[in-house]
Amino acid sequence: MNATAPLACKPGDYKSQIKPIWCPGCGDYHVLMALTRALAALGLPPERIAVISGIGCSSRIPAYTNCYGFHGVHGRSLPLAAGLKIVRPDLTVIVASGDGDGYSIGGNHFLHACRRNVDLTYLVMDNHIYGMTKGQPSPTTEPDFDTALTPGGTGVRPFNPLVIALASGANFVARAYAGNPRETADIIVSAVRHPGFSFVEILSPCVTYRPDQRAWKERVHTAPVEATDDAARAARRLMTDDGFNLGVLFRGDRHPFQPAAAVARADRADLEKGFEI
Amino acid sequence: MVGSGGAGVLTTGAMLLQAACAAGWNGLLTRSVGPQIRGGEAAALLRLATHPVECLADHVDLLVGIDWVSAQRFESEIELAPGGLIVSDPGAGPPPPALSPSGARFIELRLSEMTKANPAWRANMIALGAAAQLLGLDERDLAGVIRLHFEAKGADVVAASVAAAQAGGRAMTEATGELRLARPAQANGKRWLITGNEATGLGALRGGVRFAAAYPITPASEILEWLAPNLPEVGGSLVQAEDELASINMIIGASYGGVPALTATSGPGLSLMVEALGLATAAEIPIVVVDVMRGGPSTGIPTKSEQSDLNIAVYGMHGDAPHLVIAPQSVTDCLLATQWATFLAETLQTPAIVLSDQSLGQTQAAVSRPADLAFIGERLRATDFATPYLRYALGGSGVSPMAIPGTAGGQYTADGLTHTERGIPTSSAREHRAQLDKRREKIERYAYGALWATLEGEGDAAVITWGSLTGVAREAVARARADGHRVRLIAPRLLLPTRADEMAAALDGVKRLLVVEQTHSAQFHRFLRAHYTLPQETSVFHRPGPLPIRPGEIYRQLTAGASP
Repeated sequence: MNATAPLACKPGDYKSQIKPIWCPGCGDYHVLMALTRALAALGLPPERIAVISGIGCSSRIPAYTNCYGFHGVHGRSLPLAAGLKIVRPDLTVIVASGDGDGYSIGGNHFLHACRRNVDLTYLVMDNHIYGMTKGQPSPTTEPDFDTALTPGGTGVRPFNPLVIALASGANFVARAYAGNPRETADIIVSAVRHPGFSFVEILSPCVTYRPDQRAWKERVHTAPVEATDDAARAARRLMTDDGFNLGVLFRGDRHPFQPAAAVARADRADLEKGFEI
Repeated sequence: MVGSGGAGVLTTGAMLLQAACAAGWNGLLTRSVGPQIRGGEAAALLRLATHPVECLADHVDLLVGIDWVSAQRFESEIELAPGGLIVSDPGAGPPPPALSPSGARFIELRLSEMTKANPAWRANMIALGAAAQLLGLDERDLAGVIRLHFEAKGADVVAASVAAAQAGGRAMTEATGELRLARPAQANGKRWLITGNEATGLGALRGGVRFAAAYPITPASEILEWLAPNLPEVGGSLVQAEDELASINMIIGASYGGVPALTATSGPGLSLMVEALGLATAAEIPIVVVDVMRGGPSTGIPTKSEQSDLNIAVYGMHGDAPHLVIAPQSVTDCLLATQWATFLAETLQTPAIVLSDQSLGQTQAAVSRPADLAFIGERLRATDFATPYLRYALGGSGVSPMAIPGTAGGQYTADGLTHTERGIPTSSAREHRAQLDKRREKIERYAYGALWATLEGEGDAAVITWGSLTGVAREAVARARADGHRVRLIAPRLLLPTRADEMAAALDGVKRLLVVEQTHSAQFHRFLRAHYTLPQETSVFHRPGPLPIRPGEIYRQLTAGASP
């Protein structure tokens, strides 16, 4: 590829040749499909996009795209992505995570990424389980879900990532379902286009450790109302919905965080004058 | 100079150093404070000389006590020279016995009476004037410094402070003048007043760092607080992170984006950063992490110095993770070491840890302007792409061209998983070995040149030390040489990668070796034994912080039982 090549705008142009390690039937295949479809719709050249992730099944997604990617350490994708976007505002930076990586080990970064509001798109593939380590409970696992690590269930209430995102200052909050790749792609397009930190929770079934999640396709439904820009109203909706309400649920108007443009105003020698006596 | 917190001891020390620096003397100022944010005890420890100085002396010639509240806590830190002079207010009572050995001489300075009679006068300004008079500083130089410090507070404050200092000077008329410093040599060029932490920040900037992520920690915060207003001036930026896990991952992200990046921390923060240091090693992302060491383990002694993070800096990462560890040897060497570390990290596409410590970072030195160095970070970028692009290509020096996001045709995924030359995850024994070899070879084979260590002198005896103890050992060695001993000084600046051949040459002919370090478990000695062949007659002088190791102690270790 070179600079004069026409813009790639077919989903296939954003897919790499690497075969995913995911189990057959994994929801993450559909997320990859939705992501490449969204990138094609946005018409962005692949080299202007960076997909950043942590550790877990979902975090394998960067290498399956034809974009720049970074598969970092467990839970730290958001600060890595923020560092990149802050110095390279010209890039489109997409962060991919799962419920263990993003909500448990990376929970603190989630709060502060929402607060900081760097212009990132955060896609969390939530299957309520640690898949890669073979079936332990995550922060979104139901309290009575029996696992080898927590016989009889955790007894601990799952948390609501959308409410936390809203309370922490996320500028865009949406829920999608992997089984609807077209709708998910549309939501991702809106998320990328929305300035500031855009959070998309994607229900992405784990057919291996959570075969019960096959029933999600019967439970999901499109939100009956349009996205609101009123945080109080959004909070009420998110607190009271059934967890399967899909669509863009909140659009804020906060200014994205971006330090002043990289323009040298001073000669280094001027700075050194401060030490002179 | 000692006093309770709020007495203005540290400000006074800084002003005295500044006046001496302006007049052309060399010197340094170390502060010793308790953990309290306000209140508590404070000491400004100042050394002035006509020649460059890198550490405090064994003894104190002049002790100025603004008050003696809690001053007994400096018992082991401040040792008055035989016949040393104590200036204090009789109204504050006698100094603690530990600070006033028999033979000490006293000059009264009636601080409380003077401030009562002149309510606008501050006791610390009177004490400043007294000290300046004893040292023979010019009254006008001192007035200039006072004006600089207080002009924002108005002409009245300046006038009162100058008057207070002059009164303090007049009160010293009975002094004999023996503390009077010789006239300084004519200064060449501009004189600088700089702390190790500021020098670290400047070194980063000179080396090309344009992004920093910050999480505050004592005693490293001043590096970040110096960079915060200065990075934007040269087109860079600094962001405060939510924790050290975030700060190191932010700089990895920025560096992946093509911008040289740094963070600074201390032991507890370095502990949190170790996993991501491994990521930067495996994914071959250049970053610089400065660790300003303090007493450890755990929270330890945040305000005081130790060299006990050597082990974690060298061995902290899981897996086989070759990286750079570089230790500055003086306040001004913080600049050189950080600039060099930035240059090496960029050149070798690997993380560099700069091991500074509290005694360097928070010491302010009066020096000549540090020279410009040619080390400007320039990493090997990929611009011409074969299909497919091999980000982690084997062969050559081991440094493979790095594609920067935005460059068409260079798309790859940086990965902490063991990967192929293309960057694709693999668990193959062959690929794992090949990439481990690549990362080791690129830093092993590089020609680091003479900066790898300080090597001074000749003889069959040697002192080997590192970091902030280099200057202390240099002074001890100079004294031993003056007695006719032939002693070498060896101080590696480059701790990792180790330099077997260079060290063997440095130790060639050495029969007696003294290892000096500030740790409880002799970490440096164990490190040396693991990597180098040491003479049979090797002894170790080590103790933990926070009590600084003085030149005289090393001198005694060096000369005990040795005939010149």
